Amino acid sequence: MSKKIIVIAILFVSYAAYSAWVYTKGTELTAPLNYAEQQQKGKQLWQKSNCIACHQLYGLGGFIGPDLTHVVSDKTKGRRLAYALIKSGNNVMPNFQFKDEEVNCLVSYLSYVDSTRNNYAR
Amino acid sequence: MSSKKIAFGFLVLGFSCLIVGLLFGYTGSLQYLFPNFLKDQLSFQKTRPLHVFLVTQWIWSAAIGAVYYFMPLVGNRKLYSEKAAFLHLLLQAFVISFSVYSFFAGNFTGREYLEFPLWLCFVLIAGWILALINFIGTVRPNYAKAPVYIWSWTTGLVFFIITISEASLWNFDHFNGNVIRDITVQWKALGSMVGAWNMLIYGSAIYIMSKAGGKEEIAYSKMAFFFYFLSLTNLMFNWGHHTYVVPASPAIKNISYIISMTELIIFFDLILEWRRSFRKDHGTRHFSYKFLTVADNWIILNLGLALAISVPYINQYTHGTHITVAHAMGTTIGINTTLLLAVISFIYIKENKKQISWVYKNIKPILWVFNISLLVFWLSLIAGGISRSQSTLANKPFYELMQRLQPIFQVFSLSGLVLVSALIFLALPLLAYFIKQISARKEIAEIPNLTIEVNTLHAEEIEA
Repeated sequence: MSKKIIVIAILFVSYAAYSAWVYTKGTELTAPLNYAEQQQKGKQLWQKSNCIACHQLYGLGGFIGPDLTHVVSDKTKGRRLAYALIKSGNNVMPNFQFKDEEVNCLVSYLSYVDSTRNNYAR
Repeated sequence: MSSKKIAFGFLVLGFSCLIVGLLFGYTGSLQYLFPNFLKDQLSFQKTRPLHVFLVTQWIWSAAIGAVYYFMPLVGNRKLYSEKAAFLHLLLQAFVISFSVYSFFAGNFTGREYLEFPLWLCFVLIAGWILALINFIGTVRPNYAKAPVYIWSWTTGLVFFIITISEASLWNFDHFNGNVIRDITVQWKALGSMVGAWNMLIYGSAIYIMSKAGGKEEIAYSKMAFFFYFLSLTNLMFNWGHHTYVVPASPAIKNISYIISMTELIIFFDLILEWRRSFRKDHGTRHFSYKFLTVADNWIILNLGLALAISVPYINQYTHGTHITVAHAMGTTIGINTTLLLAVISFIYIKENKKQISWVYKNIKPILWVFNISLLVFWLSLIAGGISRSQSTLANKPFYELMQRLQPIFQVFSLSGLVLVSALIFLALPLLAYFIKQISARKEIAEIPNLTIEVNTLHAEEIEA
């Protein structure tokens, strides 16, 4: 068998094993976190409204708006400011006409994301 | 529809996406300067996905279009199934049209770079499976003896199918219910997807280098295969440098750092070697040569940036800033787009020896404008990223940062306008030519002479 084919076979097996590890152990949550119906609904809204076009979570997303990964625990911003901005928008962010319950779901989702900051450091 | 017309169909689709995508990109840059600009009609929430998706589709469509063109030449037989290739073209066009419609309608799935409705992923996968079947059926590769571009094309096609499937995994609770896993797998799929399109583009670039210079051995050289395996290793394992900030297992970061981005060094060396021998034998006026020279220069610049931001300490402060965008723009415009233009201009000259557009007869000043505007654009993004990192470190409010960045955004927007104009200038004659070929009634000769006479490719002879 050609050496090249052996090398490619080894690479593919390693890739499959690495992918399986990334899908499981490599990305597990090291402590249980609250991810209930409200947070799930918040994530759905986050995706449906394409918030990622303007905001980032863990480096993934756009730059025209602030990074929201730790917005809830940030002492200068926090839950209240997040709530107010999502509810009404500002001169850059459109008003998405979210209902109060939807705003709560989005803030809960951001709170859940924030709570993962020490994953693997616990 | 003949296989050539199908290949040209993909190129027309690609150039159309490029031109429209660039216009949306410029609109987005204006929204940085004037936040209220089209805020209610076409907000940044829509312009960004329209821009990113369409320019990505330029790369996908042009890369596969070139591979469809080369398949019968390499296999020395007709395309295995013209119907399957035509169906792929229709599926690709449908995905693009429906995605654009969805974005305008505000229908998103909120996945970075792939915001279109999830079911379109299955349509995309079906199209790439058809392409893979056609490739295997037409080229019938004997991998033990095959040149490196056959390996690259096969890998690109296989990994498109794998990575688009992987990017759809979020639909399962196992991924969707854990934000760390979700983001890590998104970066994994997207990072490897870039590797997949690089495989298609590098394969075509090496193909034209081996044909245009008459140096077939370049495609069989140890260096070329070393580069291929290094690129494959990077495609599989190097996506982790995007996830330094994600609190997943530290092993992911370490593996990525160990592998690093050495593929660019080798590729740079390969082009340099080819340029040396080509310049010696044939001079420097070949269009493909000019585009490859531009790509070479951008490889050097992006290599420096890529290596710097792969260092975890630096990455911690630069990732998620405009420096990441500079890296993305430098590679997709400076490297991917110029390599694609090298490949497509090779096809253009090969097919059209007598009526070369005046743009291509006077390409030197346009390439200078392209290079300078891209350099200014790229540097302004780096300056914006540094400024953003400083503000983050100093814990400055976001609105203050945006105020501070205004002069940089002005430079970024102005250089962007010049860059968009230069790219449209380069794209339009090619787009017009391929549209004309598709709409011509007579079928184009299927398998042209496989010996490509380099003399027929010289601009000065065409002018004479």
